[in-house]
Amino acid sequence: MAELTSPPAAAPRMMARMAARLRGKAADPAKRVQFDSRLLPWLFLAPQLAVIAVFFYWPSIQAVQSSFYLEDPFGFGSTFVGMANYADALTSNSYQRVARFTAIFTVLVTFLSLSLGLLLAVKADAVIRGAATYKTLLISVYAIAPPVAGLIGMMFFDMHIGPFVKLAAWFGWDMRVGLNYFDTAFAMIFVSVWKQIPYNFIFFLSGLQAVPVSVREAAFIDCKNGWTRFRTVVMPLLAPTAFFLLIINITYALFDTFGVIDVMVKDKPANNPITLVYKVYDDGFRGNDIGGSSAQSVILMLVVFALTIVQFRFLEKRIHYG
Amino acid sequence: MHRTKPLDHVILIIGALFLVMPVVVAFMTSTHTAAEIHRQGLQILPGSHLAETYGTVLTQRGGFTGEITGMRMLMNSFILGIGFAVGKIVLSMMAAYALVYFRFRAATFMFWVIFTTLLLPLEVRIMPSYGVMSDLHLLNTYTGLIVPLLASATGTFYFRQFFKSIPDELLEAARIDGAGPIKFFIDVIVPLSKTMIAAIFIIMFVYGWNQYLWPMLMTTDESFFTLMRGIKSILQVWVGSQIPDYNQAFAMAVLAIIPPVAVVVIFQRWFIKGLTESDK
Repeated sequence: MAELTSPPAAAPRMMARMAARLRGKAADPAKRVQFDSRLLPWLFLAPQLAVIAVFFYWPSIQAVQSSFYLEDPFGFGSTFVGMANYADALTSNSYQRVARFTAIFTVLVTFLSLSLGLLLAVKADAVIRGAATYKTLLISVYAIAPPVAGLIGMMFFDMHIGPFVKLAAWFGWDMRVGLNYFDTAFAMIFVSVWKQIPYNFIFFLSGLQAVPVSVREAAFIDCKNGWTRFRTVVMPLLAPTAFFLLIINITYALFDTFGVIDVMVKDKPANNPITLVYKVYDDGFRGNDIGGSSAQSVILMLVVFALTIVQFRFLEKRIHYG
Repeated sequence: MHRTKPLDHVILIIGALFLVMPVVVAFMTSTHTAAEIHRQGLQILPGSHLAETYGTVLTQRGGFTGEITGMRMLMNSFILGIGFAVGKIVLSMMAAYALVYFRFRAATFMFWVIFTTLLLPLEVRIMPSYGVMSDLHLLNTYTGLIVPLLASATGTFYFRQFFKSIPDELLEAARIDGAGPIKFFIDVIVPLSKTMIAAIFIIMFVYGWNQYLWPMLMTTDESFFTLMRGIKSILQVWVGSQIPDYNQAFAMAVLAIIPPVAVVVIFQRWFIKGLTESDK
């Protein structure tokens, strides 16, 4: 008779699939009725189009263009050099080192801030007493700017006054943030994760709270094991949120952490870990290497494009949105 | 249905402490003198120099030219935050309205023209953007500080999603009553979007307030410095000083934290709604 009754683990899975369908949004609700006008839509669009033309498309095109030129440092024109800037960037040791650090940094920051955010959201969703207080406390640091986070972090890792340095000393770790490459990298990752947890917490919590009570109750009856229930019912329902956050966190680690890094390396990037965006800025504004900096910008643009394509084409198919 | 385990509370308390304590310590430490901090490290209890430190930070003229006070930086941060949020809402509501409510041939193409901007953050095109600003003589102006940041489609995206969720019947009814597109926009769409506008205002205010790289490049004239820029210059002064002004740096950080955090905590509900409901 075993074949006729479905195994217990399949029930929650089926439940999840049904819930996803129930939660389903209608297909793209394009307006059935619209206004017909030749001029008006353009008037409404004009301000936005003007701003993006001047401050988005123009500079982006210039970035691509100047990446093929070698600018004279004294301002006497520029020479077309083809792909030389790209070749220089990609083959240089320093670029490769920065790229390697950026990759490790991005993976660690994304993984740690997503998992800690998820852990706290699951717990905040589970408790009843004090839930509102926990929520307020946990989201309050969302609005702290990366450079401010960097400043506070630097104080905590300060060699004279930093409590974290003293704590590390207990374990025999002589922490020298700003001097030692590994220690600085550790502090940067720590601060970047700290700043990003609230964001992930907010999204995971509202994703969890969107799971219908009926689904939770049904799952609770079918399955007593909390972890299995989480894995088979809640996780699939959270997948779209998690996926959205994955992309957001990668862009955060790549770009928005600039403030953290700039404050922590204190204008001395020489022996310190930096990310690719910081290098674009450093080479362009301080090194005055406009062609090289533009080539690096374009490489970063391609990375972002690739990420977006992955988002739309590859991963989205595997996740069933509600 | 789910019994709370004590461990859940332990994890939440540790998490909350981990996130909030650094800010509390930053504030407490800012109420001590620099010498005390230098001797005893960071402080967890309030000191007696609150008024003194904040008074100095807000009113002392600093910088190379002696032009800039903390007050001025606070004001500049508010101008940037509010100006950016208002600009974003106006531009993106209008653009989203055109995309959702009008039938015109280039609509799909315009949609892509606008939404491509979501792909490339300002950080990757920072050099040429700076070049454009200096060509247009917009360095060291509020326009230069605010307008280039508006060149992204986040707001348009939020409003478009929201407009699409407004029932079609409203437009049908309005047309029967003889309302034209402009009247419909002002009398129906804007009042309906109030909550959405509030939510986006909060998100965008925080975003504008927290801008760092762009103001840093755009403003060499100290009277345009924002608090974020001030934090950078306070750190630059440190190099070579005997006892760094820890207290003032912390006070500056606290000033930079309070407005956005207050807005987020007070308007939590709207903010979370705006942030999470428009993502998909």
